[in-house]
Amino acid sequence: MTVSLSAWDVANQIKEQFPDAVSEINDQAILVRSESLFEVAQYLKNRPELNFDYLNYISAVDYFDYFELVYQLISINHNHSLILKTRCYGRDNPTLPSLVSLWRGADFQEREIYDLIGITFKGHPNLKRIVLWDGFQGHPLRKDYL
Amino acid sequence: MMAIKTEPFVLNIGPVHPSTHGVFRMRATLDGEVIVNLEPVFGYLHRGIEKLAEERTYTGIIPLTDRLDYLASMSNNLAYVLAVEKLAGISIPERAEYLRVIIAELQRIASHLIAVGAFLNDCGAFFTPFLYMFREREKIVDLFEMLSGQRLLYNYMRIGGFTQDIPDEFLPALDKFVKQMPSFIDEYDYLLKENEILLARAKGVGILPKELAINISASGPVLRASGVKWDIRKVDPYSIYDRFEFDIPTGTAGDCYDRYRVRVEEMRQSLRIIRQAMEQLPAGPIRSEVPHLVRPPAGEAYGHIEAPKGELGFYLVSDNSIAPYRCHIRAPSLLNLTALRDMMIGWKIQDAIIIFGSIDITMGEVDR
Repeated sequence: MTVSLSAWDVANQIKEQFPDAVSEINDQAILVRSESLFEVAQYLKNRPELNFDYLNYISAVDYFDYFELVYQLISINHNHSLILKTRCYGRDNPTLPSLVSLWRGADFQEREIYDLIGITFKGHPNLKRIVLWDGFQGHPLRKDYL
Repeated sequence: MMAIKTEPFVLNIGPVHPSTHGVFRMRATLDGEVIVNLEPVFGYLHRGIEKLAEERTYTGIIPLTDRLDYLASMSNNLAYVLAVEKLAGISIPERAEYLRVIIAELQRIASHLIAVGAFLNDCGAFFTPFLYMFREREKIVDLFEMLSGQRLLYNYMRIGGFTQDIPDEFLPALDKFVKQMPSFIDEYDYLLKENEILLARAKGVGILPKELAINISASGPVLRASGVKWDIRKVDPYSIYDRFEFDIPTGTAGDCYDRYRVRVEEMRQSLRIIRQAMEQLPAGPIRSEVPHLVRPPAGEAYGHIEAPKGELGFYLVSDNSIAPYRCHIRAPSLLNLTALRDMMIGWKIQDAIIIFGSIDITMGEVDR
């Protein structure tokens, strides 16, 4: 059974390393500040006890005030999982760091979020629309699209 | 002798081409016959299912899920209803649990039959193995037709169970199929396992190393052929998979041949699970009492299964209305294509067709 790690325990470990990174914790997930997302993800991947080597999925949800990004991380060796979240404010040009350099599985998923929700991922090697064509106006999965 | 000036040649394979298994385009840069660069182009079958789902009731989304991986509709139904049941806290009767396992494993066999048949087609064994495998798939489709009245897009599962109970003729027909199928798999192996042409074309071709397979979030047979023992049915059992005995076949080299072998062995394991589930199948209701309009409490849930092509998951966000606020689909076919470029560079254009075929994708799921 894949064990969902306690968000509180992992958050404490993150806080030791990055005191300002975590902004909110609940039973299911850790919410980190978008500026620290890359460092926290790198730490979670490389720390041997956590060893999150598998990025299962990335999802983005439009809550009008902000976009929430959901990352489910899995460790194949330890068979445990964690949900990492971050928020991205502003609707004009929301930007987040790309995680492709850590997990290449993020490649198409970040392109899809860029395409359908309109979040720019800084550091993505090939950020362009994936399912819609290049001249398409708008981002259909935003709640104000229709 | 004067040196001949050469330059790379760009070739578009697809979007409409028999070996792309749907509407998919590979923009390959060639040096002679050798692939030096490759870019996959998606989107020809994009229907916006995630957006459509936001305007439908929870039950009304089930037909949309049929149209993701249309060669494994039952598996898509299962992943979705599991996610909704987790979100709404609905439990289902024992009989329905067992039937779901039987149906999901039958669907895995049907999907792998097409995967293997199409892969051999790509290898040049033109349509002979494909027809052998369609012969058996037909029997599974007949079984599903008894259940749902449909032969491709079944729309059979419901939140809390099924639309209706299985008809009387279903179990005898299933029994007959389960008894016959092992000899058919032996027949395929007799014809193909040591086949010289298949070995020459698939062994050592399109290698996906273990570390890369994990890093690109590959799943299903693609991940297991690279030597990672990772099957959601075992590592995070859903439904009642913890009650059955079965093995997880894995490969060692991560080449096209291993991916083919893993699928064949998985069919045998699926038959093992079906046999156990048939013996234990209890009587009783097939659907729990669920309101017509499901209104899950506000919150979020992620339900996932080991679909034939890999981990299929639904991330649902509810705002306590009759439609999901967000329905994200984790599509295994899309993620398994992430390393396509790495697997193809350096191989000839003829090998590209095989490498692509060995990944086994359905465009309905890639583009959604």
